[in-house]
Formats: sequence, structure tokens, C-alpha cells
Amino acid sequence: MLEVRDLSKSFGGLKAVDGASLDVRRGEIVGLIGPNGAGKTTLFAAIAGFHRPDAGHVAFEGRDITGLAPYKICAAGMVRTFQITQPFAAISVRENIMIGAYLHTGDRRLAEREAEAVASRVGMGGQLDQNGADLTVAGRKRLELARALATGPRLLLLDEVMAGLNPTEIGEIVEVIRDIRAAGVTILLIEHVMQAVTSLAERVYVLNQGRMIAEGTPAEIASDPGVIEAYLGHGAAKVLRA
Amino acid sequence: MNVPSSWRVPLLATGIAAALAYPLLVPNYLVTVGMLVFFTAFIGQSWNIAGGFAGQTSFGHVVFFGTGAYTSTILQVTYGWNPWLAWPVAMAAGGAVGWMIAVLSFRAGLKGSYFALITLAFAEVFRILANSVPFTRGGLGMLIKADPRPENFQFRDPIWIYYLAFVLCAVSILIAWQLTRSRFGARLVAIRENEDAARALGIDVFAEKVKVLTLSGAMCAAGGTFYAQKYLYIDPSIAFGVDKSVEMLLVSMVGGAGTVFGPLIGSVALTGINEGTRWLAGIVPALKNVQPLSLVVYGLMLILIVARLPDGLMGLFRRRPKAVPRA
Repeated sequence: MLEVRDLSKSFGGLKAVDGASLDVRRGEIVGLIGPNGAGKTTLFAAIAGFHRPDAGHVAFEGRDITGLAPYKICAAGMVRTFQITQPFAAISVRENIMIGAYLHTGDRRLAEREAEAVASRVGMGGQLDQNGADLTVAGRKRLELARALATGPRLLLLDEVMAGLNPTEIGEIVEVIRDIRAAGVTILLIEHVMQAVTSLAERVYVLNQGRMIAEGTPAEIASDPGVIEAYLGHGAAKVLRA
Repeated sequence: MNVPSSWRVPLLATGIAAALAYPLLVPNYLVTVGMLVFFTAFIGQSWNIAGGFAGQTSFGHVVFFGTGAYTSTILQVTYGWNPWLAWPVAMAAGGAVGWMIAVLSFRAGLKGSYFALITLAFAEVFRILANSVPFTRGGLGMLIKADPRPENFQFRDPIWIYYLAFVLCAVSILIAWQLTRSRFGARLVAIRENEDAARALGIDVFAEKVKVLTLSGAMCAAGGTFYAQKYLYIDPSIAFGVDKSVEMLLVSMVGGAGTVFGPLIGSVALTGINEGTRWLAGIVPALKNVQPLSLVVYGLMLILIVARLPDGLMGLFRRRPKAVPRA
């Protein structure tokens, strides 16, 4: 469904993403993990059209979408959320989600109904009239999800929707993500919360310093020496020796 | 707005009735003041649609105003057009200038204060051009021959120009109201609130911004023609002077940028101050040399609004929760 080949993106002298490839098949939940600064968000941004890649290509459902504008990629059925939440602060949750719903309809009532339906899917049914600015971190993460979902995507790119949440909230959002997949949406997610990744994703990619260093089931990844090295590094080796 | 919805219709009906009856009850001088209120609210609304709803703050909206004023005046004076026919052409010209400025500045990725400054620069360029090219008659300005007949877009009785200003204002309010309930308007607000999120959610930010500036430019140009027909004289500093830009921005900000009635409320407040200070300067000798006193009051008011009422006077009617810092 999504095919990323040898994607590279540099900022000045820094190679943020260096020849990364990945595949997402229809119906999967795929995790993308990696230490801080590994280039995960940059890779996401390059896939979703926010950065034009320096090299490599991205194909979505067999169609080359490399460097296409984000709004076109969204209209094609692939939408991203932001790690740093970007709510429309001065308008209500309902209006926030309606912006997503307006992608496929110009009718206000229809968009409103759609927004309310999506809100209850992500557990925001009771917060429709709150302003975007007044949400808690958990609320903002859900709003990111809801807005993206309202555009009716076939592939959802989730950038750390669980960062900053407490265990209860994480449990809730894991359920929400499962439901979304059950409804037929394929999901690629960046995540730091390992417990969530292992419980959600069938396959995991590991990015380190811009390079894809491993791919496999969560169990395979957890025992991969290269991955352990990348995460724990020399300091940990010393601790283990002591 | 936080007005109970059952009050809205009666409130609106009373307002309209009062506005229609007003010129029949007051002397001509006050009719003209009322006309100015609606006229300023109208051009303020043209600013508000781009600056308030879509967040594309312009410091040079007068460029559209002047384009409209000069287009209809040149067509009329030089080519003998009927001003009513020249009016839509003036609007089209204003829209075209809006389109051009939008394409040039948004293609270049200008945002926020950079966009504001480039609009200011465009307005100044147009003012200098109007001062130097032959077909505007330069700094001499252009005089429209007085011929007060309605079919000539000139009225002997100020009541008619008052009603015309009222209609313009009402139409602009309808346009703004439509924005609050349409997809186009929702997208503009999304762009104002967060451009990246808007792009991610499938909005063609560039196209929407170009559209809104074209619409805003056409509306503002309609105000330019109206002004020229009312005063029958324009010159480069009237048509392209910075003060008109400031006025449009000010009435929107004072009344409440991005709200439907903000420019009207702001216009009532500012025109009131304008007339009030003029009267005050006339009777208090100490104030005679503070010219114009209204600017001093404007300044104070703007400071108060920015510091205390970021949502403008409309904020007084509406409960808006305090902004929370971003996570």
C-alpha cells in the first residue's frame, strides 16, 4: 500500500534520513521506532509531502507521490498527525474535526454529523464544544487523531500519539487505534512507548541516525543486537559490565 | 456570539429598522456621519475577511480601495462611462490586484508581518504610480463633474448615499456571515489558526489564500468607487494613502477581527470618537492645537484593545476561554 524506497533528506550538512526504505501492506499496523533524533519525524514529513526528499521515492497504492503537496496526498487517502499537536486553538473541537470532514463534502450539516461521529469514535463525544486551546495533552492527541480520521483516510500516519500520556490514557488510545484498524484503516505509527508498539504493531521498523537498521516482529526487534546497541549504546555496555 | 439565539432575529430586525429610520429623524450632518459609519464598516469588513477570518493581516488594503476609485473614475471621466457600469469593472480590477498580490506574495511564502509589509509596499508603489503616470493626471487628482442624478451615481439628498452605504454594509455582513457557516470560511479559519495542520488536512492553503484576497480586493474596490462618487474628487494620497489602510484595520481590530459584526461595531466606535473629538476640540480651547485629536484617542484605544481586549469590543459580548500555552 505504501512503498518507500531509499528516501534521503538532509538539512544543511545533516543527513536526517539516509536511504530509508519501508513497506506498509493494507490492513497492517506498522511501527516505526528509533532513538531520539533518529529521523523518524523527518521521514514521516517526507512521506506526507511536508519535506521534498533529496532522493528516493514514495508510492501510495501504486502511485508515485514523491514530493506531492500535502493537501494532494491527503486527498489521495493518506493523512498524518503531528507529534507536536497543532490544534486550531480558537475554534471548538467540533469545528476542528469538521475541517477534516470538509475534505469530502461542502455541506456543513454533513460535515458536522461526520465530525460528531468521529469524535465519539475517539472518545471525544463529550468535548465537542470545548475550544482547541482548552484541551489537555491527552485531549489534543485525540483531536489530532480525530481530525485526521475525519478526512476518511485509507492510511493513517500517527506521529507519537501516546507521548506524554499516562498509562490509563495510553490504554484508551491503544483501544481507539485498534478500532480504527478494525474499521479498515491501515496504520503506520511512530512511537516511543514500547509497550504500546509491541501490543499494537505486527511489524516494526527501527530507524537510527537516518538509516533503517532492522525490520521484523516486535519480538525479533527486541532481541536484535543492532537495535539494542542503538538504544543502549556504550554507557549501557559499561553498566552491564559492572 | 453569546447572544441567546431567540433574541437574534428581533435584535437584528430592530437594528435594521433603526438604521432605516435614522436618516429621517436627524439633520443632514448626522446622516452623513451615519453614512460614514456604514461605509467604513464596509471597507473594514473587506479587510476583516482577509485579515480577520483568514489571518492574512494587510497594512496596505488601500491599494484595492484606490484601484477601485481610480478605475471607475478614469472610465467615467476619460472614457465617458456611466459610473454604475464602471462599478463592477472597478471591483474586477480590485479583485485582479488582490489576486496578483496574493499570488506574488504567497508564492514567495510570505507570512505574518512579512505579508503585512509587502502589502504596505504595494500600496505605496501604487500611490507613487498614480502620482506619476499621465492617465491618473498625477498629483492634480481627478475631478468628477458634479451632476447629481441617481442614474449618474450622484445624489442631491444625502439620504440616498446613506442608504446605499447601508446596503453595502449589509451585503458585506452577509458575506462574512456566510463565511462562518461555509466550508470556504472554515478553511480560512483553519489557515489562520495553523497553516501546517490545514495543509495536512487536505487544504490547498495557497489557493484558499489567493481566493480570499481576490474577494477582499474586489469588495474594497467597490468602496473606492463609492467614495469617489460621494466626494467627486480623488488624488493619489486620498486613494492610496496609508490612513485608509489603518482605518480598515483599526475598525476590525477594535470591533473584533474575524467576527461578523466586528467592523460595524468598530466603525461606530471610531466614527463616534472622530466626531466627538472634533466637537470637543471646537469647544475646549486647550485642545485646539492637538490636531487631529482623534488620532490621539485612536492610539490610546488601540493600546487598550491590544492589552485588555484582544478579541475587540465583540469580546465583551462573548465569553471566550483564556488561551492555554501550547503543549
